[in-house]
This record gives sequence, C-alpha cells and structure tokens, in this order.
Amino acid sequence: MTAPRSGHGVGASLRRKEDARFLLGRGRYVGDIRPAGTLEVAFLRSPVAHARLLGVTKPAGAEQRVFVAADLPEIGPIRANSALPGFRVSEQPALAQGKLRHVGEVIAACVAPSRAEAEDLVAACELDYAALPVVSDMLAARAPGAPLIHEHWPDNAFLETRRDEDLSDLDAVAAAKVVRRLRTARQSMAPIEGRGVLAEWDPRLEQLVVTTATQQPHVTKTGLAECLGLDEGQIRVVSPDVGGGFGYKAILLAEELACAALAMRLGRPVRWLEDRLEQLTANANCREHHYEVTAWADAGGKLLGVEVNATVDAGAYSAYPFSACLEAAQIGSIFPGPYTLPRFRFHTVSACTNKPPILPYRGVARTGVCYAMETTLDALARQLKLPPEQVRQANLVPPEAMPYRNLVGKVFDSGDYPEALRRAVAAVDVAGIRARQAAGEAVGFGLAVFCEQGAHGTSVYHGWGIPFVPGFEQAQARFTPDGVLEIRTGVHSHGQGLETTLAQVAHQILGVDPARVRVVHGDTALTPYSTGTWGSRAMVMAGGAVAEACTQLGERALAIGAALLQAPRAACVLRDGAVHAGEAKVTLDQVARTWFRSPQNLPADVDRGGLEVTAGYRPDPDTGTHSYAAHAVVAKVDTETGCVTLESYVIVEDGGTLVNPMIVDGQVLGGTAQGIGTALYEEMPFDSEGQPLAGTLADYLLPGATEVPDIRIDHMETPSPWTRFGQKGIGESGAIGPPAAILNAINDALAGRGAEVLDLPATPARVLAAIERALA
Amino acid sequence: MKPAAFTYARPADWNAALALLGEGARPVAGGQSLGPMLNLRLALPEAVADLRHLPGYAGVELAGEVVRIGAGTTHAAIEDGAVPGRLGEILASVARRIAYRPVRNRGTIGGSFAHADPAADWVAVLPAFPGHAVLLGPQGERRVPLAGFVLGVFETALRADELLRAIELPVLPQATRWGHWKFCRKPGEFSKATACLLAVPGAAPRAVLAALDAAPLVLADAAALRAAPAAEAARLVATLGLEDPWRASLARVALRHAAEAAA
Repeated sequence: MTAPRSGHGVGASLRRKEDARFLLGRGRYVGDIRPAGTLEVAFLRSPVAHARLLGVTKPAGAEQRVFVAADLPEIGPIRANSALPGFRVSEQPALAQGKLRHVGEVIAACVAPSRAEAEDLVAACELDYAALPVVSDMLAARAPGAPLIHEHWPDNAFLETRRDEDLSDLDAVAAAKVVRRLRTARQSMAPIEGRGVLAEWDPRLEQLVVTTATQQPHVTKTGLAECLGLDEGQIRVVSPDVGGGFGYKAILLAEELACAALAMRLGRPVRWLEDRLEQLTANANCREHHYEVTAWADAGGKLLGVEVNATVDAGAYSAYPFSACLEAAQIGSIFPGPYTLPRFRFHTVSACTNKPPILPYRGVARTGVCYAMETTLDALARQLKLPPEQVRQANLVPPEAMPYRNLVGKVFDSGDYPEALRRAVAAVDVAGIRARQAAGEAVGFGLAVFCEQGAHGTSVYHGWGIPFVPGFEQAQARFTPDGVLEIRTGVHSHGQGLETTLAQVAHQILGVDPARVRVVHGDTALTPYSTGTWGSRAMVMAGGAVAEACTQLGERALAIGAALLQAPRAACVLRDGAVHAGEAKVTLDQVARTWFRSPQNLPADVDRGGLEVTAGYRPDPDTGTHSYAAHAVVAKVDTETGCVTLESYVIVEDGGTLVNPMIVDGQVLGGTAQGIGTALYEEMPFDSEGQPLAGTLADYLLPGATEVPDIRIDHMETPSPWTRFGQKGIGESGAIGPPAAILNAINDALAGRGAEVLDLPATPARVLAAIERALA
Repeated sequence: MKPAAFTYARPADWNAALALLGEGARPVAGGQSLGPMLNLRLALPEAVADLRHLPGYAGVELAGEVVRIGAGTTHAAIEDGAVPGRLGEILASVARRIAYRPVRNRGTIGGSFAHADPAADWVAVLPAFPGHAVLLGPQGERRVPLAGFVLGVFETALRADELLRAIELPVLPQATRWGHWKFCRKPGEFSKATACLLAVPGAAPRAVLAALDAAPLVLADAAALRAAPAAEAARLVATLGLEDPWRASLARVALRHAAEAAA
C-alpha cells in the first residue's frame, strides 16, 4: 500500500465533510427528535444547597405524573469509584433521597405533554425540607467542625494525595523564593447545545433506546445497565449530532436514568431537554481550584524545588465515570509541566462541598495547574529581575533528553519545548512593550508554556480504577456492495471533525475518495465498544484503529483484486483506490461488487471474513502523547475601569503530525476562546448559602466574537514516535494556556504599580481591587 | 424556562388596550425584557396585552419644533434613521449600542423606558432631553417631563391604568454637543455605568448618570461638569455613597468621558 497522490490523506486541510449539514441547519440533535406521543419531563430541583429532604407533596390530581425516588426504586445509585487508596465513594441517587446536597439536585420528575405543562407541575409541587448548615467553600469544607455532607465520612474529602520530600534546606541556598495563593473560579461549561435525553422502550427488541447528547455512548450504556439492572444488550444508546461536549457530556446523568425508567414504566417516549437555567445553575461544575505554591530558584532562574498544596472543589458527588478525584489527584503528576523539576512536594485534596459534582472540562486539571505554575515562574522572574522567557528556558526539558521521564514518572514522547518558546517570544515585539511600559503605559507581556498529555490508555487509567479503563480502541472498516467504504467507530464527533479526519486516514490507507468514505459513529448498535471521545484521544486511538482496520481490509481486497487480474498477489499493489498489476488495474468498487454480487469470480482461497474487518489498536507505550505549546500575550489594562484588552495573541503549538491542520487550527482557536473565558470572564459565584448567583448568560459572561482577538498560530510538527502517523492528542491544548499567559501579561502590565492579580477570572473589579490594594 | 399559562390579547385600538389594562393585563411591546421574565417565571401575569398593533404605536412624526416618537418605535428603526436631524443622529448613536441587532429589531423605545430597568439605555439617556413622556389613561393624555418619568428601579410615573404612548423631544440645532459613554464588557451585557451630557446652544447643559441600581441621577445644569469633567465627576460620584469601589470608579469614568465628548 502506498500513500495516495490525491492530497486528501493525512496532512491535508480537507474541508469538513460534515459542514454541509451544520452550515445549512440540517444537523439533527436530541431537541430535533420528538416521536409521536412523547412526554416531556421537567425536574423539580433542590432550591437549597444542604437540607434534610422531608417530603414532596404532589399536586392534587397529578399524583401519577410526578415521580420521586420512592416511585422509581428500580433506579440504583450512581457510584463512581476510584481505586486510588483512601478514595471515598459517594452514593448519588438519581432522584434525591433523604438529603439534598446541592442547589439543582434532582428531586422529582414531572411528565406532561409539553414542557410548559411539566413546569407547571414542578411549580405546583410542595417541597418539605429542613435546612442544614452549608459548605459553600472548599477551604471551609476542611475546617474543623465543618458540617459533613456525607455524614458517615470522617471529613469532607473524597481523596487526599501526597508526595513527601523534605525541602527545608532550600531557603538557605535559593536566590529567590516566592509563595503564592491562587484561586480559579467555578465555571459552568457552556456548549451551545445543552444536554438532552429521549428514552423509548422498543417492545419488539425488548430494548431501551436512549438518544442522548453524550461524548461516550458506550460508557453511558454500561452506566445505564449498572444502575437500572438491565443487560447491556437491552440498551441501545444513540448520540446524534451533539452541539459541543468539552467534558460536559462525558457523564452518566441522573436525568438519563430518570427518563429511562419513566419510558419503561409509562411505555411512551420520554424526553428532557436541559434549559439554560439548569445548565448554568444546576451544573456549575468545573475548574474551581485553590493553590498554595512555594518555589525556590537559583540566581539563573533554575528551579531548585516546588511545594504545592492544592485543593479542588469537587462538589457533592463523584460523577460517573470520571470520579470526584480526576482533577485533584492529577495535580501532583502534572504540576512539573514541561520542566525538569529536581525536587517536589505536594499535597492535594478533592474537597466535598454543597455544589454540583465536578466534571473534567477541556484541559481538565491542566488549566489550573498551568495557571499556578506559570504565574509562579513569572513571580520568580520578577523577583530575580530576569526576563520571563529566560527563567523558562532555564528549566524546560531539552529536546535531546526526549523521550524524557520526569521525577513523578511522566514520560514525554518527543518535541523541542525551548524552540516553541523561542518562536513565541520572537513573534512579539517585546522591546516595544518595554518601551511603552517605560513611558508609563499599563501594557504587559505574558507567557505560558505547557504540555498536554493526551490519549493516555490502559497503563495510566488502570491505576485510577475509575468505572472504565480504556483498552484497545476498535474500528470497523467495511465495503458496501457498491464500493462505499464504511468506517464504524465508537468515539463520537461533536465538533472535532472526525467524519472528515477518519475518512482522511482511511483514504491514506486505501485510497478511497473521502467523499465515498462514510464515518458512522454515535450509536452503540452500530459501532464497536469504545470509551468515547475525551482526553484528546480520538485522533490517536480511533485514527490508529481505522488505519489498522483499513490495512487489514486492504489485504483482503488485494487478494480478490489479484485474482481478478489473474496476477500473482506479490505482483499487485493497492494504490489510489484500485489494485494494480503492472498496467492492469481493478478498482475497489469492482472488488466489492465481486465479493457481494459475483462471488462466482472469487478465488477459491478467499478470506471468508469478506470485506468487513474489525481491528484493535493501542500505541505502545500507551502512556499518552504529549503535545505542547507556548502562548505569548500582549495585554493592556485600563487602570480606571479594570478592563483588559488583548492586543496580541500568539500560539506556537506542536501536535505531532497534523492529520488535518485546518481542523487543528479550529481546535486550538476554540479552546483558546474558552481559555480566554476562564482568564477574564467566566465565573459562577456562589453565596454563603451555596446559591449560584448567575442565572442567565447576561450574568455569566462568555467571550464572544468581539472578545476574542485575532490569534496567530505557528505549528511545529514533531511526530510522536509511538503513534500510527506520529499524531498527538491536541484537542484541549488551547484551553490550557490562556489564563496563565493572560494573567502574566496583566501582572507584567501592573508590575510598575506594584499590583498583582491572583484570582481568576481577572474581572475589571478584581483588577481594580489589585491596583487599589497596591496603592493602599 | 417555559412561561406559566397566560391569556394573550392583541387590542385593536387604544381604548381596548386601556380596557385590558383595567382588567389587570400586563402590557408588552417588543418583549425583550418581559419575554425572558415570562420564561424564567419571574413575571406571572394572568393576561398579556400585546400593544404592537395599535394604530400609531410605532413611527415618528414632526410637529413644529417637536418630534413625537411612538412608544412602539423599535431601537432598530431609530438606529436606521427614523428620527430626522441632529436629534436623530444622537438617538441613532445610542440605539446602535443597545444589545444586539436581533434585540433592537424587536425592542422598543417605549417598552424599554416604561420597563425602567436601571441599566437600560433609554432610561439613561432620555432624562437628559427637555422633552416629555406622553401617557395615556382613561382620562386621556398627560405629559410628564422625561427627567421625572423614571422614579426608581422598575418604577415609573405610569399609573396602573396608563400606557406610555409616545416620547416627545425637541428638534435640536445642528450645533448641539453630545457625549455618551457606557460600560459593557461585551455587547449585550447590562451596563454597569452609563452617562450622557447634552449641550444645546443657548441652554444649560444637562447630564445623566445611570446604571446605578437606582433611579438615574439627572443634572439639570451640568455646566460645572462640562467645565471640569474629572474633578466634578469625582465630586458628584462621592455624593452618591456607592459601596462598590469599582462601580464608583466606573461612574466617575462614565461622567468624565461623557462630559469630555460633549466639550
């Protein structure tokens, strides 16, 4: 098999096959699907953050249309365990039982022919509860005597992790020491499409069909089976077009369980569509970290050691499947970042609070970790009076050390981190900024360098012991009788462009025109089992699996083609969608037609598996690829209003071999917009009673087109030595760097005034408060 | 986020509209504020009277030196030049910055003014003009000076049985100076501070400071502010006793920028 000459294979910026339907408004989402007889669900949700639930009085006459936990005993609790030592698993009832643990927790499901009528039923329910003291802050959660959220636990912590190393000698030898307390805000992931579930019972197949906006249809099926006590064969999960995931849709939902149970109970389709109020307030569920960082460096900026005490607000329950500890327990292993840290001590806590359960949002813990590490490095640079890039260059893993194993055992596969930083700095007029600063202007230059582990597999996740461990990714490749190539994959595409990039991979191997490659995903009945799309894994794992399946399919096609050409197999090659023997050729269409419709022409020794192959793939080692990037930002601060303007934004990014550079750019740009949200805009404030305070998108600010600057992207392409084409996971990178780079730019702008912003987001009020603190 | 049940009526004439009001109906014009409040069930009216089809509800008329803007005139119409002359230029510059165009296509000047959200654009701007709000009730029309129409947060001079029918503004000489500044971090966000200053030749300059979570502050004589924007803005804001130092700073900046722009 030889590489195609079409320019549509790996490395081509092929236009996205799926865009025709999206741009014409022909996508089909859960909200577009409403079978006859569908009942709509509205949920009665907890109005308080912590209380004993004493009872629900159903509206008179509507007793059969309102369902509380006792009405649906067939739903078992959601349990997302972790095998990490000391992890405490929470029992999350789909419908609240006994206690209410966060605002927005589902208490009862109300069904009616329309959503408005279902909401009428919700409004008519009477809720009886006895309020309990609220734990609204992750640090207060750990204070002695704090109210217990799970009363049989000794304290409000899902998990603590530690690495002990005595750093007490560093004070005496370090040229600089900085201590920072930093906080990142709780955010509400905000895909354009919220969640949505349609559950139906198919009496013919005796099968529950759940159409749900999920990134992980197979994992959702497994979770539904566990909680509902059904065989997995009795459940089919369909994930149609999905309007953005980001981790928000990588969860088994209480709402999915309730709708499923109701569909089985009522014998009618049952649908719930999340509205924006539910999305913002009941699901403010990510990013909230607190750090105490101490760092010591020598006079050249070389780190001598770092100590981190990190707390993550994990909310009230352990969400399925990623668990309550995914963020905090990772902090220890990813904090060293792209640097050669010699000594390291950490303590992390996954704190349990009266807030919605934490979910891993694009970038997962790395966004907070990068923020903490990179702002600490800038603080060191200021103290040492060194340029920030110099401090980083003193610590970055050098290319000649690749593959590099760091002091906590992370293995970086490939790359030239210092070069990425050099290019990013060179793309900015740093001297011009220094001149403007000297003239008194509040303008600043900020950097962030980080790496993103992606597509990590069995060897990493078996240690976590969460409800699933990714193994061999499988893909199916098969020809239809007319020669169309179908690729069936268990990952899901919800913005990643996999319908295009997986077709490019197939084209690379088989030469079939991408227009004749049909990528099927999002249906457990049609695709091989997969843990789905998360952790920047799809292009590495599914891309590798599709390549493997196509390679095997190509061998079978080659054998048939050779027979049709009456040529020895060794004399045949598969190229550009045809089997060639010298000047003679037979197209794959003809090969497919022969197998399906003219089997009399097949060779006697044909592979009886036919033109349908399921193949598995896993990189070796499967510890993950490490893409990396340097972000360089120029920001201007209005010292009267506190407003920050991003004047320039540069990203130097290395995602290994880029399967489709245009799509990678889209991933980087979208992620960076979200990172700008984390840095400057997005925050769900909670009051001391655990009430979320931003109920609309006029209060919860998301960056829009006018808030995102033109972003310049420069690609490096260092192939990963471990993956099929050298590709690396890169889906989350854009969302990791911006808070660090932007806050470093802000603090550089304010350094002359002695001001420093430590907490995210850097809202105008926070920036102004920092300036006023410095004046005081 | 679906509204509770309510009855919907589309009165054909003003008497019918007033009659519906008398029965407790909630008037709605463009629905850009009431719509979300209904969806969030923050407003639970039993009946809604849709005013958009009343004769003369939308549109601009020039009568001598007075421009009469129908309360149902959309922000978009004003943005697109429905009001003539220097006054029209000024109003268009305000309308252009109201939320997004889809909101402006439906939202109306009268609906916004009568809703009296303290952060709303017309609430912050109209009191600067020496004109009147035309109110229609069972006893007929009455006129309230624009500076006295908004009395507090969501509180106006409208009685329960009255509708806002029109805004009357004076034709302005071309030499009129105008300054307007508002603070939004992104289009569509509620303003956190808005100020404007209107200087008509031969008359005392007038100014407004709004989006204070209270009724707007109207300065009937803003000569001192115009003469010394920074110092006077600081003095004025200090008298307001704003608790949040950020909002106080924004208020100072708003007043100063508005005054400087109208210099």
